[in-house]
Amino acid sequence: MKEIYSSMAGTVFQVLAAEGDTVSKGQTVLVLESMKMEIPVDSEHDGTLKEIKVAVGDFVNEGDILAVLA
Amino acid sequence: MNNQTENQSRFEEVTHTIKRGGHEKYHEKQAAAGKLFVRKRLELLLDEGSLQEDGLFANQAAGDLPADGVVTGTGKISGRPVCFMANDSTVKAGSWGARTVEKIIRIQETAEKLMIPLLYLVDSAGARITDQLDMFPNRRGAGRIFHNQVRLSGSIPQVCLLFGPSAAGGAYIPAFCDVVIMVEGNASMYLGSPRMAEKVIGEKVSLEEMGGARMHCSVSGCGDILAANEEEAIKQAQDYLSYIPSNFSSAVPVFKQSIPASEKKLSELIPQNQNAPFNMYDAIEALVDGKSFFEIKGLFAPELITGFARLDGKSVGIIANQPKVKGGVLFVDSADKGAKFIQLCDAFNIPLLFLADVPGFMIGTKVERAGIIRHGAKLIAAMSSATVPKISVVVRKAYGAGLYAMSGPAFEPDCCIALPTAQIAVMGPEAAVNAVYSNKIQAIEDPKERIAYVQQKHQEYKEEIDVYKLASELIIDDIVEPDQLRKELITRFNFYSSKRIAPAPKKRSVNPV
Repeated sequence: MKEIYSSMAGTVFQVLAAEGDTVSKGQTVLVLESMKMEIPVDSEHDGTLKEIKVAVGDFVNEGDILAVLA
Repeated sequence: MNNQTENQSRFEEVTHTIKRGGHEKYHEKQAAAGKLFVRKRLELLLDEGSLQEDGLFANQAAGDLPADGVVTGTGKISGRPVCFMANDSTVKAGSWGARTVEKIIRIQETAEKLMIPLLYLVDSAGARITDQLDMFPNRRGAGRIFHNQVRLSGSIPQVCLLFGPSAAGGAYIPAFCDVVIMVEGNASMYLGSPRMAEKVIGEKVSLEEMGGARMHCSVSGCGDILAANEEEAIKQAQDYLSYIPSNFSSAVPVFKQSIPASEKKLSELIPQNQNAPFNMYDAIEALVDGKSFFEIKGLFAPELITGFARLDGKSVGIIANQPKVKGGVLFVDSADKGAKFIQLCDAFNIPLLFLADVPGFMIGTKVERAGIIRHGAKLIAAMSSATVPKISVVVRKAYGAGLYAMSGPAFEPDCCIALPTAQIAVMGPEAAVNAVYSNKIQAIEDPKERIAYVQQKHQEYKEEIDVYKLASELIIDDIVEPDQLRKELITRFNFYSSKRIAPAPKKRSVNPV
């Protein structure tokens, strides 16, 4: 199982894909807001989004799992 | 057979045997792993016919230890003399005996006397435990190699090419080098092997995961450049040396100027929205001589970019925030990465160019516990104490201690210049208005009125930190049109080349670590 991790602590600003969507390596799946900056979070793998574990406004820490790919 | 021919044939036989290295089966094993024989590596690294070897006959009497497992000597790279030591992993896995260590120490002494770069071609299992009394604890034992490396640091360039393992104590050779180039899949660094880790602490882990090249180049930061194969690693070492002088007091090599490889204009690359990411590599490509950017630690802490490039054919060291990764925020690892690179440039008289687009140092529990202040202090100390020409360019924003780390005005850059879009402040408008007027904002009950109030304060704040106001106050030295930046940097660095700063009267600094 492949996962998408948070690269840094921040708040979920946008979720750009939905569960069931296919994503490709390098595609921006979520955007965090941290230090007043928009932080794109890209998928490191090709796959289908099995689960999105966060919603807009959630606080996430560095290394937290944001989404799971099937 | 007369005496003369007898002597001749003995000489030829012994020399031939030594140069062949270890047993054939070890050569086959190496080749299967994509590794080259040590003498082939040196042939690729050095100018043709330039190799002059020392200690070829070391431990010849032992019979099965050709050159005692290490080739040392001098040679030339692009016409410039260098010293080298190169482990032969076909001889007892490149392990160190007494003569091996003595040869390495001697070539270090030679490099110091000749004041020329020293390259360490490492591929070694570590100490020969059976020989430990002869090579481990004594005055001219393995410890002396590291002692010499520390002494040589900053005096001559020390470059490590890691082709195989550098195990236990041997792992400190790369650790004390200026730059470490690792071959993916074969290079490894570790204090205790996976087998030892399992026996001593019960951990089950693969070599690649615990001490592999990719891990070290992206996670631990022990590696600087990840090469796909040995040929590429050798090419990288040759390229690296083209940016730096042969020693701290000799001239930095100068090349013919070439135009930037990128046709994109800086003015078109930088987004108006301060908070939106852009790719700093594009900006670097638009600024520097074509194909001259040579990155150091590209895979490690990518929120800060460090690397050499040329402006008008002359070397510069670039330290640039990468807004595309983690918003360009400085972290523990990026601070370390910047600090080491600045020291390297300062040691070898390579001017520094800071390209700032930084929201500040990261905040929050996680980084405070990791010592972000202590690590940030390392970066600031390295930048502050560097006496080479320094130009600080505020590309978009420099907030908080980020301004300091990127060689802000207080740290005596030779100039601090800003693009017209730049913002310099303790913090960005949103954060500042929130910090100062939080209670007032909360007290306004009508939401529309509240938004209007916040917007008005944002506007006031933006005017307060307007780049022309900062220039008017002489905080920044110049405002430069983005598409004129390359020209201005070339002119300014040329003027600053005669810069001299007298050292402060003291024995040494007590640096944060």
